[in-house]
Amino acid sequence: MTGVAVVGAAETTELGKIPHLSQQQLHADAALNAMADAGLTAKDIDGIATAGERPTDLAYYLGITPTWVDGTSVGGCSFMLHVRHAVAAIASGQCTTVLITHGESGRSGVGRGGFPRAPASLAGQFEMPFGPTGPPTMFTLPVLRYMKDYGMTHEQLAMVAVVQREWASMNPRASFQNEISVDDVLNSKMIAYPFHLLECCLVTDGGGALILTKADRAADFPQPPVHILGTGESVETPIVSQMEDLTSSRAFKVAGAFAMRDAGITHADVDHLMVYDAFAHLPIYGLEDLGFCKKGEAADFIWEQNTAPGGSLPMNTNGGGLSYMHSGMYGMYALQESVRQIRGTAPAQVVDANVSLCLGVGGMFGASGCIVFGKEPK
Amino acid sequence: MDKPTRSLPQPTPETQHFWEGTQAEQLLLQRCTDCAHTYFPPRPFCPSCSSRSVEVYAASGRATLASYVINQRPHPAFDGPYAIALVDLEEGPRMMTNIVECEQTPEALQLDMPLEVRFEQVSEDIKLPLFAPAGADK
Ligand SMILES: [Zn+2]
Repeated sequence: MTGVAVVGAAETTELGKIPHLSQQQLHADAALNAMADAGLTAKDIDGIATAGERPTDLAYYLGITPTWVDGTSVGGCSFMLHVRHAVAAIASGQCTTVLITHGESGRSGVGRGGFPRAPASLAGQFEMPFGPTGPPTMFTLPVLRYMKDYGMTHEQLAMVAVVQREWASMNPRASFQNEISVDDVLNSKMIAYPFHLLECCLVTDGGGALILTKADRAADFPQPPVHILGTGESVETPIVSQMEDLTSSRAFKVAGAFAMRDAGITHADVDHLMVYDAFAHLPIYGLEDLGFCKKGEAADFIWEQNTAPGGSLPMNTNGGGLSYMHSGMYGMYALQESVRQIRGTAPAQVVDANVSLCLGVGGMFGASGCIVFGKEPK
Repeated sequence: MDKPTRSLPQPTPETQHFWEGTQAEQLLLQRCTDCAHTYFPPRPFCPSCSSRSVEVYAASGRATLASYVINQRPHPAFDGPYAIALVDLEEGPRMMTNIVECEQTPEALQLDMPLEVRFEQVSEDIKLPLFAPAGADK
């Protein structure tokens, strides 16, 4: 238990293709929706955290005078780290009410900065000369090693996308809702062998925001509080070629174990799981690195429908980055789905979702943040 | 000479020796003189024990294929689909590279196949370390 709760949570009014809003306005739209959800205005916010844009820009734009600022930017899981840092800041009295925003014009590219890799950086010297053309050719690099070492098949990798589409079919805000088969996945266009189009995340526009405050104030807010039970974070490497183990994420292991210990929970306590799925292998790595499956067994676990609707461990219930939405920094949407599940307001609601674990990734297995949410403060 | 459209590395003071090495067709690694750990990418200290006592030495150039993807999207420096590969050097470190003198297909690119280094001039100052199946004709 951290003594801090989520009292406001919202995504942008629209998701998908939003060419009429700049990236900064996507942040603001989500922030205004989250403030409305919590019954607050910018005058009530005294802490701000964001990634993708600078917290200076957002605080000014929204009219916030913060006593606490966090611009931690480690990729798509930055928002998990913001939640963690906000918990510490609120607990130590540096601020009382934190707004965490995300907005990304990932598809339309309106008012969006690029992500150049400096030729003198480690990536610029030791990866870019060999021809990677973005995440589909870098994040994906470890998986053939995993497939050979643990006997995972192409069909099993495809099943990750099939199961997540099943969840998305229950979600009217999901970008893709038509159900698909393993054959559909394997017959979709090859992007970077062994990854097919349907095993890669979407590229969409959108945003989300969270508001956190002390749990003992939570009764003052219109929404039921979503308690933050535990948190974890770590980083491993800026270049995927230097992962310690191509079949496992060190950052997942460190962040996940810390968050579960912090929350005082066991695997059996987790009713609902989110694992950031930029590509189809991430849920497999996540299930194993979090300890829900033994090494080499996660693909079978998914194949046997354990993470599908009606399964023992519902995972990525919004449809995930593969089917729901993925703006580039997807972590915020995973957090939003955990909050919805604990509130009991998710489109594909899990029965008795009392504890939700949300694992994020940043860069190409470069960073991770993990948040455990609960209906009760525990 | 490769087409001039690869992204080129810009050496720093800490990596200069590595790129001078490839220019002389040597693959240089660093080893800690305190704990004997061999590491890559270059830096003037040991990432295992934090010692600043490190030495540069020439690797054997032998490696095995650790993992790869075959990029289907066009890249100006490559003709058709091409593999972006990770290779495990005989001395321990892993590095990204391309596999040359080999079909760029899953059938030809077998994990753990033995490889040996090649050096490809991509600009006046830079030769990139690439790898070919061991025993392939130079
Ligand atoms: Zn050492």
